[in-house]
Amino acid sequence: MKELSLNVLDIAKNSVKAKATLIGISLVEEGNKLTLTITDNGSGMKPEVVATVMNPFYTTRTTRKVGMGIPLLILAAEQTGGSVTIESRHEEDHPADHGTVVTAVFYTDHIDFTPIGDIVSSIETLIMGSPEIDFTFLHDRNGQTAELDTRQIREVLGDVPLDTFEVIQWIGQFLREQYGSADETV
Amino acid sequence: MKSLAELAAIREKMKDKVVLREGTNDTRIVVGMATCGIAAGARPVLNAFVEGVNREGLAGSVTVSQTGCIGICQYEPVVEVFQPGKEKVTYVKMTAEKAEKVIADHIKGGKVVEEYTYNTAVNA
Repeated sequence: MKELSLNVLDIAKNSVKAKATLIGISLVEEGNKLTLTITDNGSGMKPEVVATVMNPFYTTRTTRKVGMGIPLLILAAEQTGGSVTIESRHEEDHPADHGTVVTAVFYTDHIDFTPIGDIVSSIETLIMGSPEIDFTFLHDRNGQTAELDTRQIREVLGDVPLDTFEVIQWIGQFLREQYGSADETV
Repeated sequence: MKSLAELAAIREKMKDKVVLREGTNDTRIVVGMATCGIAAGARPVLNAFVEGVNREGLAGSVTVSQTGCIGICQYEPVVEVFQPGKEKVTYVKMTAEKAEKVIADHIKGGKVVEEYTYNTAVNA
């Protein structure tokens, strides 16, 4: 992937497929360390499935299609000296509290760090693709933050769907304003 | 600064609009947005279609949506156009610039942009 924001878009779509109703995306930059966390309340995975998504060529994979999304994220993190962890609670085992948390750590001063890129565009694309799902977004750059919570937007909009063009435009402008004009990632 | 008051204004404006979505006479533009599509550049292609359709005032009769892997990953970004009574058109190796031409020539003009289609790509 040319931008980490594309990995974010790709990985968050797994949460959509897992029938999540709330997806949280956070990027926290502290010095040279970037921590990406994608949290959902979807169906979750059993431990043996978590093992298969980490390795696309896992040999006992016969019943489930496993994609390249997570391996590409692992590649992007590990090539900077970072890592990826996945914690998941399957709905059968944890009926009241299920979902998945994907955490990726990157070192931004490493030569192989992939730039974050147009993260606002990825958030817009996610909302357009799944307007019925709620998203929270936080990008904390050493204390300077950009934030969004679609639950607040939905409250004001009432029945108007989030994928209405004017709403998506508003969300994009709302986020880009928080980054300010001097921001290199937007 | 963007304000929630602007959102409330959008809500008021939408109240008066008759929303006719997913109608049978609609043109559907579907962009492949699985890992393969995203890696190949589908995000700007999707945005070009969404912006173009709205800019040209086509939003009432044209829907733009996202789908998973269409199955021809080496030709991504892939875009399918469905129109009632017509055969599906599959565009391959799309870019934002190509999307503009598809909107102008095909969606507005009714003429398929043959040079961008899957059929042209496999027969080349």
